[in-house]
Amino acid sequence: MEPTQGISRRALLSWIGKTAGAVAMYQAMTSLGFAAESSFDSNNYELSGAPKGSSVLILGGGLAGMTAAYELRKAGYKVKILEFNPKAGGRCWTLRGGDKYTELGGHTQECKFDEGQYLNPGPWRIPYHHHAVLHYCKQFDVKLEVFNQVNHNAYFHSTKAFDGKPKRYREVQADFQGHIAELLSKCVDQKGLDQAMTKQDTERLLLVMREWGALNGDNEYVKGVESSLMRGFDVQPGGGLMPVEQYSQPIDRQELLNSSLWKHLHYGQAFEYQSTLFQPVGGMDMIAKAFEKEVGSLIRYNSKVTKIDQDDNGVTVNYVDSQNPGETMTETADWCVCTIPLSILGQIPSTFSNKMTSAIRAVPYDSSVKVGLQFKRRFWEEDEHIYGGVSYTDMPIELISYPSTDYHSSGKGVLLGGYLWDENSYEFTSMTPDMRVKKALEYGSKIHPQYMDEFDNGISVAWHRVPWVNGCYGMWTPETREAHYNNLCEIDGRIVLAGEHASYIPAWMEGAILSSLDAIKRLHQHALDSSKQNA
Amino acid sequence: MKTLTRLALALGVSSLVSMPLVAGTPTVSESSTFEQTSGEDLYNSICQGCHMEGGKGADSGAGYYPALANNPKLAAPGYPIYVLTNGLGGMPSFKRYLSDEQIMEVVNYVRTNFGNDYQQKATLEDVKMMTNR
Repeated sequence: MEPTQGISRRALLSWIGKTAGAVAMYQAMTSLGFAAESSFDSNNYELSGAPKGSSVLILGGGLAGMTAAYELRKAGYKVKILEFNPKAGGRCWTLRGGDKYTELGGHTQECKFDEGQYLNPGPWRIPYHHHAVLHYCKQFDVKLEVFNQVNHNAYFHSTKAFDGKPKRYREVQADFQGHIAELLSKCVDQKGLDQAMTKQDTERLLLVMREWGALNGDNEYVKGVESSLMRGFDVQPGGGLMPVEQYSQPIDRQELLNSSLWKHLHYGQAFEYQSTLFQPVGGMDMIAKAFEKEVGSLIRYNSKVTKIDQDDNGVTVNYVDSQNPGETMTETADWCVCTIPLSILGQIPSTFSNKMTSAIRAVPYDSSVKVGLQFKRRFWEEDEHIYGGVSYTDMPIELISYPSTDYHSSGKGVLLGGYLWDENSYEFTSMTPDMRVKKALEYGSKIHPQYMDEFDNGISVAWHRVPWVNGCYGMWTPETREAHYNNLCEIDGRIVLAGEHASYIPAWMEGAILSSLDAIKRLHQHALDSSKQNA
Repeated sequence: MKTLTRLALALGVSSLVSMPLVAGTPTVSESSTFEQTSGEDLYNSICQGCHMEGGKGADSGAGYYPALANNPKLAAPGYPIYVLTNGLGGMPSFKRYLSDEQIMEVVNYVRTNFGNDYQQKATLEDVKMMTNR
């Protein structure tokens, strides 16, 4: 039976449905991967007993390639890595003061950050459940610190709501919960849910709603001590004869719904971004450097692969020096682990089966842009009391992330001033690096008016213009997974592929490492089987 | 003031469009959809990210982006329409980002610029045959 007065159950469910449905849709559209716990088995990944004298050539010195090199060498293989860049790490990358970066198209940026400041253009967070990344961090003694994802004092901002003035996360969260709780408790009071619930259940639900939603004694979400304890006070409780505390006014229910600000609440609640997240102290490439310390002696840097050939006897790879392309050099091995991004691999003449070739060509690479901005002082901390975390906006920059390091220190700080996807990412990719920084400043100053006065310098990375990857990460769809994923991962003759593109955790370092561990386990077994047959 | 903003949004006017367009300068869409309508604006704001200014492509990296300048593959309009609609290798499909009109405009732009001079215009029907919408 529908209640005859007040809020109807249908209206309530439709309100919740509208918001929850939109959140689910938004999440499905923006989420990079499939939030599954990593299946890293720390007791059962090591390999041993390589067939005597066998060799493996590894293409690409990113995390997948260096994981393969480290484990395969331990197993007894003769290992060599060809890496395009003059350094290892691939997309596990950090820009610091003094670094020069030339993107495709020829624009060179020199990073002018102060010492200790940095931008991670690629991966920047490590979820607590990315067990393989954490395993190697511990093994190689990479010092970690907590990455602050959710900050209740950071902002949600929309150009179309509240005259473009940002709201604090805590205000939106408290008011969103409070209004839902009030609606639901009214519904219960009107016996709208009686058919489904016993009297005892109803009372329990009312109690839950009162606590969860910070309702007052009349089950209302209104200005008062309960709501202020969640959303914050206009005047905070003080000492002595200081002004008496003042409660804050919740945002009107309809206005909040129309603002769409609640859309941003789900980010920190998704499995991938839940506490605890980590970052390496000093920059993400500390992980790359730690791997490089182990396997650096196996790497031939500045090597641009130009041809991959294989037959019954082995693998032959042609390459040129990427800094001074001259004569073609050749490397041969019994086996090959190829971690070259598919966007690049698809352009290299190679001897692969037809189904492997089709799989390599089936995965487009996504667009993404990051902008790092150094400011003369940490005004977000000093003026606005935001320590780490992320503010979200409907402007093209999408978010501003505050540094999760050196909290409360004097001096300069670097913000992630934009992390763009989709349409705006393509547009920013098409800009000159200077224009990207300028636009990020223009937009960001609508949230932080201090921007223009405090700006020091900036740098940007548009992933489609990164010379060694031509994109951000491999974009699979359910259809392309069905048609090509297994073919891509299976050993093709003497070559197996690895990297985030050969994983169900695309764009994450965990995907790259797990893919590599799985690939070399199968390759090792295959090598053992082959050597038995030949014996 | 509010009315003006709404009007601007309804017309798809982004903040940069009011500035004089410098050759090759991208514009920024502020409505979560590409607001550019002319072939030139679409090229500068999207394609230029990879195919670069003047359609010259890029070959200084581990891979390359094909040049669109002086490219005989653009002779028949069907080929660029197909690539934009379906993607190709590492290049994503733009079907979900662009309307049929936008695809037609940008295809005709690249086929008559950068040293290309293919006068047979792509029509909306040509595009619709490929996008099936």
